[in-house]
Amino acid sequence: MHIPMLGEVSIELIRLVLGLVLLAAFVGGNGVVLVWLERKVAGHIQRRPGPFEVGPHGLLQTLADAAKMVGKQLVTPAGADKLLFWLAPLLAFLPVFVLFLPISWGEGIFVLETNLGLVLILAFAGINVVAVMVGGWASNNKYGVLGAARAVAQSVAYEIPLLLSVLAISFMTGSLDLNRIVELQGNWPWQWNVLVQPVAFVIYFICGLAETNRAPFDLPEGESELTAGFHTEYSGMGFGLFMLAEYANMLVVCGVASILFLGGWKGPFLPGPWWLLAKMYALMALIMWCRWTFPRVRFDQLLNFNWKWLIPITLANLFLTAVLVKVF
Amino acid sequence: MSVVYDIAKKVASMWSLIVGLRVTTKNFFQPQVTVHYPRQSVDNLSTFRGHIELVGQPKDPATPRCITCMLCATVCPSQCISITKAKAPPPEPAKKLPDHAEGPLVPPEKAEPPKAKVIKTPGSFELNFNTCSLCGMCVQNCPVSSLRFSTDVYAAGFSRQEFEYDLMARLRLQAAVLGVAASQVNSPACEDTLERVDPEKYRLAKGPLTQADAVTKGKRGQAA
Repeated sequence: MHIPMLGEVSIELIRLVLGLVLLAAFVGGNGVVLVWLERKVAGHIQRRPGPFEVGPHGLLQTLADAAKMVGKQLVTPAGADKLLFWLAPLLAFLPVFVLFLPISWGEGIFVLETNLGLVLILAFAGINVVAVMVGGWASNNKYGVLGAARAVAQSVAYEIPLLLSVLAISFMTGSLDLNRIVELQGNWPWQWNVLVQPVAFVIYFICGLAETNRAPFDLPEGESELTAGFHTEYSGMGFGLFMLAEYANMLVVCGVASILFLGGWKGPFLPGPWWLLAKMYALMALIMWCRWTFPRVRFDQLLNFNWKWLIPITLANLFLTAVLVKVF
Repeated sequence: MSVVYDIAKKVASMWSLIVGLRVTTKNFFQPQVTVHYPRQSVDNLSTFRGHIELVGQPKDPATPRCITCMLCATVCPSQCISITKAKAPPPEPAKKLPDHAEGPLVPPEKAEPPKAKVIKTPGSFELNFNTCSLCGMCVQNCPVSSLRFSTDVYAAGFSRQEFEYDLMARLRLQAAVLGVAASQVNSPACEDTLERVDPEKYRLAKGPLTQADAVTKGKRGQAA
């Protein structure tokens, strides 16, 4: 076994720590921008201005909201499991950093080089379900429990087609390394995986919506029926962390989608990170567009759609991919 | 075959998702319909049903058409209207008969007693808007159409007392403002008065301003 020298360790460590700090800044800054963007998109689709008063065109609205949220009292409901109740927001937010680690931002720009990046992301993305379940259950609130139960059923179900659609790309490229997957694609749209695997892309996107509890699959929150579902009882930054985690998870879903299907950081003229950011934000805009267009599905529709449509289609897609990879 | 048909039908129905996205996109790029309140205010107020206000007589806009029949106060389910009748002016002192009266001499006990003039305008007309449910029964039942809904969209205040309206004072103020405005349109001197014709600004000025005040204000404006 190779025991790393002190010098090697410290360089790796410095890279990791620096990367984590940058990622934390990126996640926080994106949360601010994306919440503002979401409210603007919602406003314009409903033909109203959205946030407008704080800063030019309401740009500072999210900062004002964040300041308000930080200042709020953290209330633990009576009869709640205090430890689990406050563990849940942390559990939702902490894995976010791990999710961003293996994403490659450009040629040689990454925090952690691993040939199992995809597995790392998929494994740690599952922790979000645990956080939602723990939070909902520990609140001692019927809406919380209902939201948690829905979240578990939904996430467990939708993880299957998600994995299967990702697996199709892995079959094609023969790799779980995100850097490698990007390198195998070209600069131009017709060299991207989405042309070869359009079905996998669409299904990955749908499952990404469901995994991040976004409308039209936002049943765990379900404002109209469950007040706020699993985070009904959370005040102040407890709720804030859940929301930040949700936006960060969406960003990871979009990042992975860009890397697997849309050529990642590759693109003409501009340097890599800009291309990845542009692709991520385009997908985010698509997610927001969907949220403000489609009504929430019913729970039976949600599960029927998954088990009767998505899983058979992805299985067929995967089988076809395997056959074609073997033949050619 | 029906299975295939069902699947084909379901797949075809996915088109509605695209239609939905198209609808939201179209709306996204269309102009907004909301009004940025502090900088703009709404202008389609003709059908707005605010608190009630009195309607002036056509010839004397400062005096309400009201005949104090009390119907509005009676039908009001919240009893938020209180009206007092104006006191009749004190009867004129009986004319002293001249010592040498001309004409037929009528004994004083047989002469008709001097008729007190019937005063029908209200002395005060107060609305307690705090309990008003805006049912409009008063407006509907007024036999002389002396009540209407105001267009005070932005009525807001810090205390209950601010919503106890003296409608007589309000009518006098409206008449004064409109009178001054009508006589001095386009005169820069009365800009402040004209401004108050604007209902929102006017509301701020709805304090106990009498007609005389408004008129002096107008004159001051003229002088300046």
